[in-house]
Amino acid sequence: FPSPHRTTTTHKKEWILRFEAEYRRFALKRNGPGGFQEFYRLLQTIHRIPGVDVLLGYADVHGDLLPINNDDNFHKAVSSANPLLRIIITKKEDDPVVFATNSLQRRKKGLGLTGLRTTGSGSTHSKNKSGLMIGLPQNFRQISSIIDVDILPETHRRVRLHKHGTHKPLGFYIRDGVSVRVTPQGVEKVPGVFISRLVRGGLAENTGLLGVNDEILEVNGIDVAGKSLDQVTDMMVANSHNLIVTVKPANQRNNVVHRGSKSSVGNSGSVGSAGSTGSALLHDSPSPASQSNPITASNSTAEGDSDDEDDDADLILENDCLTPYDSHRVANSNSTNLNRDSPSNRPHNFAVGRPFPQSVSLPNSIGASLSDSSVMMSNHNGNPSHTASSSQESMREDGNTITL
Amino acid sequence: MKRFRRHGQESQRDRLKQELFQFNKTVEHGFPHQPSALGYSPSLQLLAIGTRSGAIKLYGAPGVEFMGLHDENAAVTQVHFMPHQVELVTLLDDNSLHMWTLRGHKGLSELLEIGRFTLTGPPGAPPSVTRVTAVLAHTSGELLLLGTEGGHVFIVEVPGFRELEERNISLDQVAASVPDDYIGRRNLEHVEALQENPINPNQVVIGYGRGLMVIWDLEKRCAIQHIPATQQLESVWWTEDGSYILSSHSDGSYCRWMVGGEDVNDEEEKSDIPYGHFPCKAISKIIQLPTEEGPPFLLFSGGMPRASYGDRHCITVIHCKTHVALDFTSRIIDFFVIRDGLQHTGDPSALVVLVEEELVVIDLQTDCWPVIQTPYLVPLHSSAITCSHHVSAIPLKLWERVIAAGELQNTHYSKKPWPITGGQNLAPDPPQRDLLLTGHEDGTVHFWDASGVCLYPLYKLSTAGVFHTDADPNDNMNQGAEGEWPPFRKVGCFDPYSDDPRLGIQKIHLCKYSGYLTVAGTAGQILVLELNDEAAEQTVEAKVVDLLQGQEGFRWKGHTRLDVREEPVLFPPGFQPFALVQCQPPAVVTALTLHSEWKLVAFGTSHGFGLYDYQQKNTVLIKCTLNPSDQLAMEGPLSRVKSIKKSLRQSFRRIRRSRVSLRKHHVNNTAKLQEANARLEAELAEMELAPVQRKIEARSSDDSFTGLVRTLYFADTFLSDSSHNTPSLWAGTNGGCVFAYMLRLPPVEHRADEPVTAQPAKEIQLMHRAPVVGIVVLDGHGAPLPEPLEVAHDLARSPDMQGSHQLLVISEEQFKVFTLPKVSAKMKLKLTAVDGSRVRRVGVAWFCSSRTEDYGESGLVVLTNQGDVHVVSLPHVKMQVQYPCIRREDVSGIASCVFTKHGQGFYLISPSEFERFSLSTCYLVEPRCLVEAPLHSGSSSQRRSQPDGASSTHRTRQDSEDAEVLQEIQKSLEGDQTSFLENNVKSAVA
Repeated sequence: FPSPHRTTTTHKKEWILRFEAEYRRFALKRNGPGGFQEFYRLLQTIHRIPGVDVLLGYADVHGDLLPINNDDNFHKAVSSANPLLRIIITKKEDDPVVFATNSLQRRKKGLGLTGLRTTGSGSTHSKNKSGLMIGLPQNFRQISSIIDVDILPETHRRVRLHKHGTHKPLGFYIRDGVSVRVTPQGVEKVPGVFISRLVRGGLAENTGLLGVNDEILEVNGIDVAGKSLDQVTDMMVANSHNLIVTVKPANQRNNVVHRGSKSSVGNSGSVGSAGSTGSALLHDSPSPASQSNPITASNSTAEGDSDDEDDDADLILENDCLTPYDSHRVANSNSTNLNRDSPSNRPHNFAVGRPFPQSVSLPNSIGASLSDSSVMMSNHNGNPSHTASSSQESMREDGNTITL
Repeated sequence: MKRFRRHGQESQRDRLKQELFQFNKTVEHGFPHQPSALGYSPSLQLLAIGTRSGAIKLYGAPGVEFMGLHDENAAVTQVHFMPHQVELVTLLDDNSLHMWTLRGHKGLSELLEIGRFTLTGPPGAPPSVTRVTAVLAHTSGELLLLGTEGGHVFIVEVPGFRELEERNISLDQVAASVPDDYIGRRNLEHVEALQENPINPNQVVIGYGRGLMVIWDLEKRCAIQHIPATQQLESVWWTEDGSYILSSHSDGSYCRWMVGGEDVNDEEEKSDIPYGHFPCKAISKIIQLPTEEGPPFLLFSGGMPRASYGDRHCITVIHCKTHVALDFTSRIIDFFVIRDGLQHTGDPSALVVLVEEELVVIDLQTDCWPVIQTPYLVPLHSSAITCSHHVSAIPLKLWERVIAAGELQNTHYSKKPWPITGGQNLAPDPPQRDLLLTGHEDGTVHFWDASGVCLYPLYKLSTAGVFHTDADPNDNMNQGAEGEWPPFRKVGCFDPYSDDPRLGIQKIHLCKYSGYLTVAGTAGQILVLELNDEAAEQTVEAKVVDLLQGQEGFRWKGHTRLDVREEPVLFPPGFQPFALVQCQPPAVVTALTLHSEWKLVAFGTSHGFGLYDYQQKNTVLIKCTLNPSDQLAMEGPLSRVKSIKKSLRQSFRRIRRSRVSLRKHHVNNTAKLQEANARLEAELAEMELAPVQRKIEARSSDDSFTGLVRTLYFADTFLSDSSHNTPSLWAGTNGGCVFAYMLRLPPVEHRADEPVTAQPAKEIQLMHRAPVVGIVVLDGHGAPLPEPLEVAHDLARSPDMQGSHQLLVISEEQFKVFTLPKVSAKMKLKLTAVDGSRVRRVGVAWFCSSRTEDYGESGLVVLTNQGDVHVVSLPHVKMQVQYPCIRREDVSGIASCVFTKHGQGFYLISPSEFERFSLSTCYLVEPRCLVEAPLHSGSSSQRRSQPDGASSTHRTRQDSEDAEVLQEIQKSLEGDQTSFLENNVKSAVA
């Protein structure tokens, strides 16, 4: 791989591409790589595979196989090319590529450098179990983020936990405590709410953004001052699907430092550069709530419906078979004594006679990912399996209503 | 620009809010919790009760009530009216004295504290020197005599509380003159009693704890006579003619002493231990009152034989040959006797006894001394209140029938009118007849007249007769055997010991138009009753409903079903049960509703819900809401909690039995009670020690008790399509699930034979999974649907069926409006996510504007777990107003709250008291009363010689004055109101 252009290309990048064991190598201007879509089309032309859906991956400096599926990670990939960037292209309908840390190195070992890119064989899969699993790009899901770094005081941290879709418990406990505030009158002790414990393996612990004894200042933009422990508990539970907590970390050493103020603040010396770049990274992809959640606008957040999409996700089952009265006489009479129904009756009027446990299990299995209220499915004569599969297909990340 | 316009609209809305809503706590109904002192003013005809929490309450004629609260959180130990004045003095257990007055203000009287005072002794003196133990309000109205623990008597001038040091009667002064042969002269102990000579206000008798009594002349400042009693003194009474002094003692004896001028060595004339032979308990108070002709009345409290009846709370009344030991239900706080005549010096007419849990008034002028029913201070908690239900605007017909049924139950009460008649009730007549129904632990439902200031009992319904209960039929506590000694007679209605807790009433629903009532209880029983003016003997057939519907893996560990009487039962006139549903498993009924037009009852428990057709007496629908992972519901109630309560109850029951049975059990039982108490305390301590830490976890579907049915609602609405409205049943569960069923009712002519059918139509799973506490369907105008039969009786506008209906689902956390028939979310109001509070109680109420008569709007009245009440507008679910109402620690108060249809509410502030509050500017029930100062003043001799004629002329004059006063009040009120409004308008404009 030593490139002849290596010394000369300050403005160009070298590319190695492999597709169906086919390698292409080409150069690209470093300072003007364009967007992801542009690049994607470029690849399709280079490989002469227009119209074939592919997944792109690249190997970063640590040898991790990471996906390229948007502008951000494309730019990141380009910037990390040193100077060669290896891109791995996989056909989409194949078994999923498992992106994982160290996966490339391991694959290198197993298959050799020239080894064919076997598209997601079972063996790769099982080998990768030991590594940290990363799902498919389309299944990528943010589980937490630090937001509003620019508007919060440095001593505070606003953390967003996304419970949505994960089965991990939020996993933390809060308690009453005494907070020391510095006021013009001097130091003042006021009651406060603190994190008392993190559950092992829970979301809160995994993010590493919350710690024991962190003081909770706000929940979803609402000041907790003057509220009781039970009130704060209820607020957090009510917002648990999209919980934004502003804390004053007990450990003030890992604070996010504003880039601009880095030089002026003396204590930033102890702040690891890894920490600051890491948080900057997270900040680079602003979440919608970051705009709507300045501290001063806490009221508007509370009343506004800015983050309501996933909130409206009530599951509604309607039985509209009643409109044509005659055709459903049988179903009607069945339904009147549906509780005495023998199971054999159920397939005929599943919507009517569906026993409760089943309908409860619905949100359990798919309800978590059902979301978009715009998706309305009219399903008068479908069978349950059809409903399930069709809804699964059209289910999207943010909120929904289903009409059966 | 836009912002400015919006601002204008908002201020207009704010003005409207002021016209619609205001928060007031208006009156406390029921019996004060933990009363500790009693006082009575014969001249004002007012009764005063002080409580352990420092409240002082005054009662006169029904509707005349005053309440005051001492700033100190100390118990009121004594209450004394200043004779012939409108002032009263209270002594608290922090040794402070307080002067209260009834001040006239804009034609009404108000209770006001006007002074406070604490005795200060000489420097360096021990606190006992000034610790007040006895208070005498002197008839001059200018002096207070304060006896202290140190044995001194301090004299204080009132109302200014000026100490008259030179007139104090020190212990040394008294001790110096005590005869040498008196055995207790070295230590006379504290002042136990102070009494004034009824015919000579200059003479007072000072009773010392050790037994010695000294008659002291206030003018000459010297002792006139010493009465050398040697038993510990409990109380002293000076007979009306001034010639005798009665003393009662700790050994259960009383003595009568002649008051004999200068004769120092007077012998006791008579001494008696009424329940003697064996050691007796103290007689704590003794009274003797003369009658016009015949022997006097003698009344005393206590004095029972210590070993066998030491736990009884008795007052003995002896007159002629009649001797009765009135046996009360709880500890006696104090008692007094009301006397006939304009000067209140005639024959004793009524005995008023304040015991810890109730007020009992006994008619002393009717044979057998029956009890007079109290129009207020009724013990709501005669059996513990388990639920309540309010029905506004009762039709006159039903009202009269309920009263008639109630009157038949009250035949044992005296026919005499209520003897305490002070003050005038100036409150306007209540605009409508309201009923408050309370369900009790013993299976009774009490009907109260809640229209006015007095919560008056109308009728009592017992459901126990339908079932076989644990009650021991031989457990008759009412009457002792013939010739029993002492001659006990049980009085009072406080009886907190339920025979069978399964009988407890949990839910009530009354249809005011049809007179159908349904009540549901702890053991899954649902009774449907109808009002019948005749007694009837009938069999109530039970229908067992299996709510599990074959659900696997269920184990019910709770109580068993109630055992129904199969033989016909005779039901007295009133509400008589005709249908009974028993849920299986017999879990407590958590939701209940009745539709009298469709003749359907819907009920729910923690396992599911059902629909019962009470015309055809069969079930229409059964739905199991259990979640298989629902551990708690699967296994029944928590056994630990239950066992404590059960064991406590059992020990109480045993004690009660022992009261009528053998005396030897008794020590044993108190030990058991103590043991039970200790266990309970340990349990509480354990709870308190748990670390205050809360887990933050998203709700999941397998949280416990998700299947518990919280609310049921009937509506005639558009469930399937927007052109046909159909009857429907809605159910909401603890797990945030709403079920809707379409009901098909046969035409009226076939109602009795064709089946009613129900068909599932919709199911909504709220994503936030909070318990659904209320469901309301709003009509095309956004107004809540009227109650069944309301339109048929022309009492409500018929709902708008043209516009599209909306469904309002109220969960503990959010108010959410959905469209109908296609259910999709339209708007919502988040409560918990914003301020962390949860909905505990919710009701729909109608608010009228205080300014424009024809304007009104519906709103949701909400009580949160923080104890705040909110009004939420309909149909736009916007928060209107918020007021703090109940302390958030007062969980039972919050749980007990009920709302009326006109923006008022009730909640329990103690087991025995309802606080009434109002959110409305128009519907306000509060005491408005006037007490005028008695015109007599000056010395007692003048007062006594005043001819009767004078006072009668005064009467008539007063009557005409009254009318004027009334008019004036009316005017000032109206004036107030308009000026208030004007002010509002001005401020709003500004």
